[in-house]
Amino acid sequence: MSARDEILARLRTALADSPPPVQVPRGYRRVDDRPDLIAALVDRLEDYRAVVHHGIGALPRLLGEVDRLAVPTDVPADWLAGYAGQLHRDAPPLSPAALDDLDAVLTGCAVAVADTGTIILDAGPAQGRRALTLVPDRHICVVRTDQVVGLLPEAFTRLDPRAPLTWISGPSATSDIELNRVEGVHGPRRLEVVLISPPGSSGA
Amino acid sequence: MSHPVAPATGSGRIRTPLPFPTAAKPAVADTQLRANLHRATRTIRAKRARVVDEVPDWEALRDAGSAIKADVQRRLPELLEQFEASATAAGATVHWARDAAEACRIVVALTRAAGADEVVKVKSMATQEIELNEALEAAGIAAYETDLAELIVQLGEDTPSHILVPAIHYNRAQIREIFQRRMSDAPADLSDEPAALAEAARVHLRRRFLSARVAVSGANFAVADTGTLVVVESEGNGRMCLTLPETLISVVGVEKLLPTFTDLEVFLQLLPRSSTGERMNPYTSMWTGVTPGDGPQDVHVVLVDNGRSAVLADPVGRPALSCIRCSACLNVCPVYERAGGHAYGSVYPGPIGAILSPQLTGVADNASLPYASTLCGACYDVCPVKINIPEILVHLRQQAPHPPAERATMRVLSWVMRSPRRWAVALRLARAGAGPLGAYRERRTGARTLRRLPWPASAWTRSRDLPLPAPQTFREWWGKQ
Ligand code: SF4
Repeated sequence: MSARDEILARLRTALADSPPPVQVPRGYRRVDDRPDLIAALVDRLEDYRAVVHHGIGALPRLLGEVDRLAVPTDVPADWLAGYAGQLHRDAPPLSPAALDDLDAVLTGCAVAVADTGTIILDAGPAQGRRALTLVPDRHICVVRTDQVVGLLPEAFTRLDPRAPLTWISGPSATSDIELNRVEGVHGPRRLEVVLISPPGSSGA
Repeated sequence: MSHPVAPATGSGRIRTPLPFPTAAKPAVADTQLRANLHRATRTIRAKRARVVDEVPDWEALRDAGSAIKADVQRRLPELLEQFEASATAAGATVHWARDAAEACRIVVALTRAAGADEVVKVKSMATQEIELNEALEAAGIAAYETDLAELIVQLGEDTPSHILVPAIHYNRAQIREIFQRRMSDAPADLSDEPAALAEAARVHLRRRFLSARVAVSGANFAVADTGTLVVVESEGNGRMCLTLPETLISVVGVEKLLPTFTDLEVFLQLLPRSSTGERMNPYTSMWTGVTPGDGPQDVHVVLVDNGRSAVLADPVGRPALSCIRCSACLNVCPVYERAGGHAYGSVYPGPIGAILSPQLTGVADNASLPYASTLCGACYDVCPVKINIPEILVHLRQQAPHPPAERATMRVLSWVMRSPRRWAVALRLARAGAGPLGAYRERRTGARTLRRLPWPASAWTRSRDLPLPAPQTFREWWGKQ
């Protein structure tokens, strides 16, 4: 008998008492009723030591500090307006060693969750593949305000499970030494979030 | 309909080589260790309480989490078949392992097939349980732990002592000493600042991440309807391992299943807050089979029984399979705080280890563990999936071939630890080197020859100048509960 069939048979035998069906109570909150989601997101992001900037106008100043920048191939042109440093588009794909040589990466995201200060990347538009936001030491992430939801259950309605998903809450951190939080172990040591309005809307 | 194949118990690092009271003695006598443990568990307890208090629907989330897991257990065979079909359709290869040895053989064979003689590892309880590192080493394959705490433990040639913070028993000076002794590229002037130690680990592992060809992980969750695996972590070592190598092998206990992708909305709220006391851990990775051009292109999942079918077969003990390894129960347990993780012998320490390990091995092979508890119930209160650990402990005690010494010792210990006043008295008596704890047993049992105090006091009375812990600290802690 194969291991598969044997394990399945063992488990079926183990359930010989036929446990009754289970009703899952879903009384937890599914929608956030907070008045200002953006303020909540900013508060959580900063609590996790991400640096938050407001408006697309913040980008040129931020990128001005970056000599060598990695970007996914489909990064919107207006994000790079006036960038004078070395631009490395991820096509053909940059090797891990090449990525390790760059100063920062600039991407968008799929969803941001205010309740937990979490940014979710799904390899969709302006995000590129996973290695891109992992190896460079500084991640500059543009979040559109229409990508912000309140609670985790709201985020799940927007995600495609087949896409590789990376959830980021603040920069890489460890608490393994006497439970002191230290930022930046293997992931990017700096996370900078630029909050922008959706295209076509007014204001920042 | 009859099923001819009986559920089977497991093997690997889930057995206590010594009875719990014996194994606990060195920890109880080690004041440095006890101070490290006390500070750490107290800190995590406070953080957890704070972030749980800010969630208005916490109890509703626990109820949902508990019910989803009960549903998984009831439908485990069909959900596993569904997971296999979804993951396979997404480009992963699914393997099945009856026990620890079979799981190790599969990982060794896959690593060899990839032509690699080293693997990078994401922290995983399942791979520790099956003693994968030892099996890889025996096969000539080097296994590198990449989680900072696991790295400390591996370099120190030690074993983990906590589910979440495996190096909880070390302080910064001890960690620096291990790095200087065993990490070849550690700076000569390495300080014991946490930031400096973390930086040394970063430099040490960077090259390895960028060149690794095979990674081995576990999974916090495996989703049946989509075939998705989930790894929750903080440092980014997980992302490195799960993203850069060509081949990814994930070792997953069969109980890790969730029915639907959406069910993650419950568990990703329960786990980080219960575990590290954060609203969300810094990184969570989810992948479903292979994504062309992004991440590992050769993806394997090894589904492991190793005793889980035996746990499932016991209707009272079955909910132990709901455990999401958050470690909240360790951090509130008065016995864990005194005895430390190593005393439990198994990779699963603390209250959950006291029930899960004997269930996985069969109670006869771990007979002292169900007594490693005061039955105070703190573990049940914090458990995000509402596992009634005290109830299962009592149930297992009834099945255990009662080891008389442990039973008597643990009964007294449990009686003492249940009351702060009795604990304080026990410490005073221990200091005096004699006393009513023994007398208490004499009255109760009619034995007149008892000279030594029962454990843990015995460890302190053996030598007069063993430093005693401050009773104040315990009372302070107790008062806060
Ligand atoms: S038994 Fe509950 S509290 Fe303990 S580790 Fe498992 S899920 Fe967490």
